Amino acid sequence: MSLSRLTRTLLGAFSALALVFVYAPLALVLLNSFNTSRTFAWPPTGLTTRWWSAAASSTGARSAIVVSLEVAVIATLIALLLGTMAALALQRFSFFGRDTVSLLIILPIALPGVVTGIALANAFLTIFGIRLGFFTLVVSHATFCMVTVFNNAMARLRRLGGNLEEASMDLGAGTFTTFRLITLPMLRSALLAGCLLSFALSFDEIIVTTFTAGSGIQTLPIWIYQNLFRPNQAPVVNVVAAALIVLSIVPIWFAQKLAGTDESVAAAR
Amino acid sequence: MLWLGVAYLGALAALFVTSLWTVDGFTGVITREWTLQNFRDLATIEVYRSITFRTVLTAVAVTVIDIVIAFPIALYMAKVASPRLQRILVIAVLTPLWASYLVKAYAWRGMLSETGPVSWLARPFGLDSPGYGLAATVITLSYLWLPYMILPMYAGLERLPNSLLEASADLGAATGMTMRRIVLPVLFPAAVAGSIFTFSLTLGDYIAVKIVGGANQMLGNVVYDNFLTGNNMPFAAAVSTIPVVIMLFYLAAVRRTGALENL
Repeated sequence: MSLSRLTRTLLGAFSALALVFVYAPLALVLLNSFNTSRTFAWPPTGLTTRWWSAAASSTGARSAIVVSLEVAVIATLIALLLGTMAALALQRFSFFGRDTVSLLIILPIALPGVVTGIALANAFLTIFGIRLGFFTLVVSHATFCMVTVFNNAMARLRRLGGNLEEASMDLGAGTFTTFRLITLPMLRSALLAGCLLSFALSFDEIIVTTFTAGSGIQTLPIWIYQNLFRPNQAPVVNVVAAALIVLSIVPIWFAQKLAGTDESVAAAR
Repeated sequence: MLWLGVAYLGALAALFVTSLWTVDGFTGVITREWTLQNFRDLATIEVYRSITFRTVLTAVAVTVIDIVIAFPIALYMAKVASPRLQRILVIAVLTPLWASYLVKAYAWRGMLSETGPVSWLARPFGLDSPGYGLAATVITLSYLWLPYMILPMYAGLERLPNSLLEASADLGAATGMTMRRIVLPVLFPAAVAGSIFTFSLTLGDYIAVKIVGGANQMLGNVVYDNFLTGNNMPFAAAVSTIPVVIMLFYLAAVRRTGALENL
């Protein structure tokens, strides 16, 4: 290694500082959820669990959580189905327009959220004439959740190659049996990782959600957003935010373990 | 298995609608007339030009800041850290990505508030927190997209064989020259790849601006407000073509530098 010791120490120090910088705001939210001061004075004036109990009894937050969970679960299931099928099709077969489809699938995540949001909202309202609500929300979430499942499945399929499946077919197993006994077990952990990611994605989603949820539905991020500027709700919002931090990180940590670090790096793009 | 292509093409068709709606006409109710009036308004009314300008400038600022911050980190991760530390660092960098976007923006709102930590840190120096505004927006957005910049840089630098660096030192190059001649050419495509994310994400952002941006408006806000309160869907649609067009130009320019291979 040709970098001098000084350079290396400097780099290390800088990286450490940067990591502190990265985690500081999150730590702040967590710490502030115990702050007795209503305006989150720093340094904290005292510690209390009062806000956590207040948040637990907040009906708005609770129903928002339920809605978020429902949407996330349904969207993830749809995404699982479609994403896996898409990955299998694209990996195994070459058909006309294959590259285009591959690009199209990535599109919902590649375009800025605003564009996706308004395109979907417009499609629902103007073209199809459906009112915005639960159904439109689930469809929009499923659309980009599909991409995470797809990415994970593709990464795994690429790594595996088709030999085992060919052997299975040669030995006389039909398509479905091969899928059930060979492909699926191999894919399982990648799919699980994709599901966890897609669930987290859907649960946290705010950008496209504000466009496609309409006025009646409140998912948790929407609830946070709407209460963000109300001073008396501030501590409760903070508690919810703190809880979200913890709850998002846990599924991702599991997804990491399941899929392996390299794949999740690839899938996170 | 091929019929599945039809199943989700329906969802994607929603995005193809982009080409249709941009020329919808309007009255109070949306009539499906075709007119370019929306685009004419966009081009001529001064405020939209300044908003576009501000948005692009913010995107550039955020991209530059992220590149500057990400480079040392990526270099450290790729070249100096032990393999075990590398893995930990990758996870450490990736994890905040999955904490909700909204929560992170909200966290910065807390950091930058008048009673918050930044102000508390700055007070001994006689300064104060920048408060909410364009600077805050830039800071928050840089923070949000930083992992998207670190990862491609790390991937690119990791592929640089150590032997190259050693050879360069053996041939007598100082650290500075090694950086310039060896590291930078590898770094450039990676930085560009990362910049695609930071640029496009900033162009379309409207929530972080609302949360820490004070009274500022960016392109995303115009789209959102027109959609939500103005009920002027076609105009909002027309506005949202701006980021798309900008990104298309950007991607075309990027492709010429060959950076897209890295993705």
